Amino acid sequence: MTTQDPGPGALNQDDGNAYDLLAEDHDEGHRWAFGTGFTDPLEGVDTSVPDGLDPGALVRFCLALGDDALIYSHRLQQWVTRLPELEEETAVANIALDLLGQARLLLARAGGIVGQTEDQLAFFRAEKEFRNVRLAEHADRDFAELVVRLLVFSTWRLALFERLAGAEGAPGTGDPVLAAIAAKGVNELAYHRDYAAGWVVRLGDGTALSHEKTQAALDTLWPLTGELFRPDPDAAAIAPDVTGVSAAFDAVLDTVLATAGLDRPAAAPLASISWRTGRDGVHTEAMGYILAELQSVARAYPDATW
Amino acid sequence: MVAPVTARTPAYGVAAGTPDPEIPTLTIEDLGILRSVDYSPGQGIVVTITPTYSGCPAMREIAADVQARLNRAGFERVTVATQLAPPWSTDWITPEGRRKLAAAGIAPPSAAPRRSGPVPLTLGRAPSARCPRCGSPDTRLTAQFSATACKSLHRCNACGEPFEGVKAL
Repeated sequence: MTTQDPGPGALNQDDGNAYDLLAEDHDEGHRWAFGTGFTDPLEGVDTSVPDGLDPGALVRFCLALGDDALIYSHRLQQWVTRLPELEEETAVANIALDLLGQARLLLARAGGIVGQTEDQLAFFRAEKEFRNVRLAEHADRDFAELVVRLLVFSTWRLALFERLAGAEGAPGTGDPVLAAIAAKGVNELAYHRDYAAGWVVRLGDGTALSHEKTQAALDTLWPLTGELFRPDPDAAAIAPDVTGVSAAFDAVLDTVLATAGLDRPAAAPLASISWRTGRDGVHTEAMGYILAELQSVARAYPDATW
Repeated sequence: MVAPVTARTPAYGVAAGTPDPEIPTLTIEDLGILRSVDYSPGQGIVVTITPTYSGCPAMREIAADVQARLNRAGFERVTVATQLAPPWSTDWITPEGRRKLAAAGIAPPSAAPRRSGPVPLTLGRAPSARCPRCGSPDTRLTAQFSATACKSLHRCNACGEPFEGVKAL
């Protein structure tokens, strides 16, 4: 018997229901729901390095952008079960998931060139080999710091990714894989920025207490923004035409802060150590604790699967 | 030699019928995740899929399901490849997919934002969605995120029911 409209679910009778699908063993005994046995997220993508592009610079640039997302995602994951409302739980968990996805693609791009998997890069590098900016590793003390840091991070990253993606047929980088990863990230980051901006306005323009806490969060985080705009030789080698990230960041931040009634701080950037910052593997004290938590299971059981 | 496998061939139909693991009433063809099905003597059937979100955990499940379904249908050599560019958009969800979403109680997305130039900042504008239960356009956004990466939460002002919607992207 067939009808024109079989109704939802009818098409999938041979595959059972959603729960059977989850429990079904697919290949090699791995189950996706449990976070192991992932295949290469770039499976089937042409990952050859274009002629004229410095592979070392491309690896370092992808690691930098991948580490920003990996470490920031971990910091956001630490908030889950501690947020004020269920809606913010799902928001922060989803943002962390998007960033983890961006990290996987970028680490896979870098790892494919140097012959390492994304897991090897995430779990078996030492602190000084991580290239994330120090803003990514900051521990938010309260919800105001969470949303202000997310506004700063997503505004900066969106401005950068928009330029790396470029326009159709005119990517902002000579590496088509990186341009595609950036283009994919733009929509996600735009959504993160809107979420963060909405909260910063609500809190900054809210009660006297919420205003005070949001201004304090901005003052605390501002020294970490200087590092975002330091000249980066790897970025210059891979995306020489990308300019205007800092001006785009300022325009958005000024709009949000004006709407929220918050003052843009004038604090000096957090000091470098012999001119070295997060991009050079020099991190704050917080980074060691993050890596201990992120890497301990993989390092204790390096060959484990389940 | 690479020969495109058209919508009328059995391999395309088998791959296209793969259900989405998170919304199993929809297929990967309905959602625009399936980009192409080709045949090459070297690789056999080559199924190209595209991720919805960078972190979508369903991609690997989908690849395994496509492989298993084609194997069961008698296609022995199957390769599942990823395509990142152009990035997936909710505009690729088919009219049939939109109908099935609404039937499953999930509001289909409105048209994805068209951009030329910088992505504009959005302050305080709630995306609208039509209630999938009573059809009323009088609804409000209750949360920008929901249980999966692709959805948001809404409530209908007319019938009072909460519902999920697919974010326009």
